[in-house]
Amino acid sequence: MEISLASIFVLAINAILIENLCLVKFLGICPFLGVSKKTDTAIGMGLAVTFIMTLSSFITWLVYHLILVPANLEYLRTIAFILVIAALVQFVETALKKMLPSLYSALGIYLPLITTNCAVLGIAITNITENYGLLFSILNGMFCALGFTLAIWIFACVRERIEHCDIPKPFKGFPIALITAALLSFAFMGFSGIEF
Amino acid sequence: MADKIKFTDFLKEGIIDNNPTFVQLLGMCPTLATSTSLLNALGMGAAATFVLICSNFVISLLRKLIPQKIRIAAYIVIIAGFVTMIDLLMQAFVPALSNSLGLFIPLIVVNCIILARAESFASKNKPLPSALDGLTMGIGFTIALSCVSTVREILGNGTLLGFELFNGAVPLTIFALPAGGFLVLGFFIALVQFLKSRKGGAE
Repeated sequence: MEISLASIFVLAINAILIENLCLVKFLGICPFLGVSKKTDTAIGMGLAVTFIMTLSSFITWLVYHLILVPANLEYLRTIAFILVIAALVQFVETALKKMLPSLYSALGIYLPLITTNCAVLGIAITNITENYGLLFSILNGMFCALGFTLAIWIFACVRERIEHCDIPKPFKGFPIALITAALLSFAFMGFSGIEF
Repeated sequence: MADKIKFTDFLKEGIIDNNPTFVQLLGMCPTLATSTSLLNALGMGAAATFVLICSNFVISLLRKLIPQKIRIAAYIVIIAGFVTMIDLLMQAFVPALSNSLGLFIPLIVVNCIILARAESFASKNKPLPSALDGLTMGIGFTIALSCVSTVREILGNGTLLGFELFNGAVPLTIFALPAGGFLVLGFFIALVQFLKSRKGGAE
């Protein structure tokens, strides 16, 4: 793919709005539903994911193209990527604890949970199957994660208000959250009308 | 024998009392993403069940050898090994299904159901009960997926397993789209909560 400002802009709009990670592609639903009860924790989770996903897009691209492809070991992709992501999360956790303790305590439990966030592995694999170059992989990881942050933030805002509503008993908790997500997903479908 | 394995108990636990999707609310991503048609759902269910049985069995065999501190990493490597196997097998023998499930086959690695069963059951029990637990949890997952996908395929596409049902009537496409997935799953979980509260009230 040709690298220009226009193509980067298209990638950004595509990743953040049209192909939103949670609402259209169904990746990262667990944290999307699990940590969206409050806006500030939702934003913390979003930023943690953005950080890890940008980094992991970079490293998994290097691992795939510099180690697995020359050694003809492409089929080990899944195992290699999940190990890279797990190690990366562990490394970032330790590094943050030493260097930026305030950010570390703000992210708290969300950081280790990112290992099992399917969005991170999903985007790493998408970058390879879509044949993105190094720069595009990193940008794709970052934009997709920003899309995730946007979705989880809007969702958390809505959920905070639902808390105070009178909803039928069987719908309390999870079901009403899913129906809210359905309505949000309807709204995001509107963006798919955008064409370049 | 005190620890005699009762298959029906396991079955009830996996499908009704502790259904991984509807009750434990685990593994939402594949449930939503692969439930657009019943065939996809059955394929996904079968793949996940295979991985669950194998990983539970192997993890249970190795449970005394794996050091406590690195157990999660060890589990993930074991699970990823089996996922790679099923991924390659499906590409070779059912390429059409493998194509339509796409990204979600490698993503079985990070399916929380599998890691949750490894951590809460296989790491504490003998190999045979663990494999059985994997089987019944897998069946529970498959049944939940099938319920959601049957509704979505009939309403969203007007077909079931590819057969035309309504003689060309215009389907409600919205149910085949992502928004419909959230909606149908929301109503299913509400139904389960409703049934549970009625059962709880009667006691």
